[in-house]
Amino acid sequence: MLGLNKRDTLLFAIVIAITLLAPIILNPFPVASDLAQFNAGYPDLMQRFVIFGIFAIGFNILFGLTGYLSFGHAAFLGVGSYAGVWMMKLLTMNVVPAIIVSVIFAGLFSLLVGFISLRRSGIYFSILTLAFAQMSFSLAYSVLTPITNGETGLQLSLNDPRILGVSQTADGSIPMTNFFGIAMRDGFELSMGGWLFTFNAGYYLCAAILLIAFYVSIRIFRSPFGVMLKAVKSNQQRMLYTGLNPRPYTLAAFVISGMYAGLAGGLMVAMDPLAGAERMQWTASGEVVLMTILGGTGTLIGPILGSGVIKYFENIFSKINDNILHDWFAFLPDGLEDFVVAIVYPFVGKGWHLTLGIVFMLVVIFLPGGIVEGGQRIAGLFKRKPPEDKNKTAAASAPSAAE
Amino acid sequence: MGILEVKGVNKRFGGLKALSDVNLDIAEGSVHAIIGPNGAGKSTLLNCFVGRLEPDTGTVMFDGRSLLGIQPFEINQIGVSRVFQTPEIFADLNLLENVMIPAFARRDGAFKINGWMSVGDEAEIREEAMTMLDELGMASKADHIAGQLSRGDKRRLELAMCLVQKPKLLLLDEPTAGMARADTNNTIDLLKQIAKRGITMVVIEHDMHVVFSLADRISVLAQGTVIVEDEPGKIKGNPKVQEAYLGGAHL
Ligand SMILES: Nc1ncnc2c1ncn2[C@@H]1O[C@H](COP(=O)(O)OP(=O)(O)O)[C@@H](O)[C@H]1O
Ligand SMILES: [Mg+2]
Repeated sequence: MLGLNKRDTLLFAIVIAITLLAPIILNPFPVASDLAQFNAGYPDLMQRFVIFGIFAIGFNILFGLTGYLSFGHAAFLGVGSYAGVWMMKLLTMNVVPAIIVSVIFAGLFSLLVGFISLRRSGIYFSILTLAFAQMSFSLAYSVLTPITNGETGLQLSLNDPRILGVSQTADGSIPMTNFFGIAMRDGFELSMGGWLFTFNAGYYLCAAILLIAFYVSIRIFRSPFGVMLKAVKSNQQRMLYTGLNPRPYTLAAFVISGMYAGLAGGLMVAMDPLAGAERMQWTASGEVVLMTILGGTGTLIGPILGSGVIKYFENIFSKINDNILHDWFAFLPDGLEDFVVAIVYPFVGKGWHLTLGIVFMLVVIFLPGGIVEGGQRIAGLFKRKPPEDKNKTAAASAPSAAE
Repeated sequence: MGILEVKGVNKRFGGLKALSDVNLDIAEGSVHAIIGPNGAGKSTLLNCFVGRLEPDTGTVMFDGRSLLGIQPFEINQIGVSRVFQTPEIFADLNLLENVMIPAFARRDGAFKINGWMSVGDEAEIREEAMTMLDELGMASKADHIAGQLSRGDKRRLELAMCLVQKPKLLLLDEPTAGMARADTNNTIDLLKQIAKRGITMVVIEHDMHVVFSLADRISVLAQGTVIVEDEPGKIKGNPKVQEAYLGGAHL
C-alpha cells in the first residue's frame, strides 16, 4: 500500500495509530492518582515528542544510511526557527509559510555547510560540522543580533509589519499562530471517568507532518537512492570503481537531513513563536545523536523511539523530587526509608542525566542496535527462533529490511 | 589499434622507479595477461588505468579516449570495470544489493536521486542481478550479507558486480590470489567463459601457470619494464623470462 511493502505498511500503520491516539496513550493515569505526574499527554510535551522525532528521523537519513556523523545539526534547526519567526513577523501568522521557509533556509544553509564539511570524512567531518554549528551559535549572539535579537531571542512584538495580517488584535495583543484560522493553541478536553485527555490542534498539525516525514523516510530507505547511501557507508572505494560518485550522494543526504532539522525548527516556532540561539548549541546537536543511537541507528522507527525516551526523561523523570520519593518509600521503616531515598535520589529529578547516561552506555555496549534491537531480541525469544539470522533479511521482497 | 593503448608510461614512488617506459597494445576481445614477480609493478600499472594513480609521463588510451586526468567513476562509466587484489565489495549489504548497485550505476549514471522509487519495484535490475548471481552459482545466497562470504565467494561476487555492468574492458588484479587449487581452477574456468562473451580482459598474475590456458597474449613485467610480450606457448621457454623469475621460484 502507498508504494510500501507489507512490513513497512504495517509499521507505518502502527505509527499512525500511536501518533493519532497519543493524547490517550500518553495519559494512562487518572488525574487524581499519585501516578498522574507520569502522564505525558499534555500538548507541550506531545508536540516536543513529535518535533524531535522529525529531527531525529532526518538525522538518521544522514547518519544511519551514510554513516557520516554530524555534530552540528542543531544549527539547521536554529536557522529554521529564526526563518520561521521572521515569516510570522513579516508575512502572516499562518504557520504554513513559516514552516516552508524554515525548510528552505535550513536546506540552503546545510548545502553550504555540507559542501565544505564533506571534503573530509570520519572524525574530521564531525569536527567541521561542530565548528560550523558553534560558529553559528556565537554569531547569533554577536554580529547577527539584528536578525537573531541576541540573548533575548527572536520573538513577535506588537508592531511587527505583518503584510498579510494585523500587527495586533483588537484587544491589543499579539495574534496567535494558526493553520488557516485554526489556532495552534486550540483544542478540546475530554473528561472520562477520572481521566482527562487533551486534543490539541498544534499537536495534530505536528503529528500529521511527522507522519509525512516518516513516510518520506521509508520511501528513501527503500529506494535505489537509499541503497546508494548505504553503499556510501559500506565502501566508497567500491562505489568509485563502480561508476558512482559518492560525494553528491552524501551531500544530498546531508541536505535532506538539514531540511528535516529545519522542518523541526519551523514547527517549534509554529507552536511557540520564539527562537533562541541556545537551540543551536552543541548540546542540542549532541542530543539528536543520542536519540538516534539510543533508538537504533539506521532503523526506520528507532529515531522516533529514541527521541521519545529522551524527551520523556527530560520532562517527566526529571520531575521526581525527594518528597515524591519519600512518599513512595513511606512503607519502609524510617531509617531505611531515608537510606533508600538517599540512594535513589541522585538518579532521579535533577539527576535524570545520570540515569539517561547509564541507560545510554548500557544500550551502546549491550544493544548496539538500540531499542529496536532490544525489541527484536524480545520478539526473537517469543518466536523461539534464534535471533541471529540477521544475515538473512527478506531480500526477495525487500533488500535489507534494516529494522 | 587496440582497445587499450599504453604508451611510454613511467611512474616513480620517491626514489623507486615502479614503471619505466611501459608500452602495451591490447586487442579488442582478447585476454591479455600481465605476469611478473611480486613487486614488478603490475598493480601499479593497473592503478594507472583506472584513475587511482596518475603516471608521471605517458598516455593511456581506451577506445580512443584518454584515461588520464579523469575520475575513477568516469572511467568506469565509459566501460572499464576492475576486480581488486583484495576483493572490494559492499560488506554490510546483501549479495543482491551488491550486484544491483553496479546495475543501477550503468543505467542511471554516476549520480541520480531516485528516492521515490522502491528497489522492490525495479524488476528489470533485480532480474539482471539475480541472473548474474545465478550464473556465478550464488543465487541461493542472494540474501546473505556479503561480508560473511568466504574469500573465494567474495571474489566471485566482485566479478558478478563487474560483469553485470557489461564492461568493454575488465581488469583483474590477481583474481586467484589466496585461493586453494580447486578454487583457482574454478575461477579460471569462469574467466574462460567470460572471455567467450567477447569482453576484453587484462589479467594480472604473479603465477604464470594460472594464466597459461586463459591468455591470448602475455606480457612479462619485471622491475617496472615489459621484458617480453608473446603468445603463451613462446613465453615459458624465453630465457629473459627464466631470468626474471629466477629466485622468484614461480616457474
Ligand atoms: N603507493 C605506493 N607508494 C610507494 N611505493 C609503492 C606504492 N605502490 C607500490 N609501490 C612500490 O612499487 C613497487 C611495485 O608495486 P606493485 O605494483 O604493487 O607490484 P606488484 O603488483 O607487481 O606485486 C613495489 O616495490 C611497491 O613497494
Ligand atoms: Mg599487486
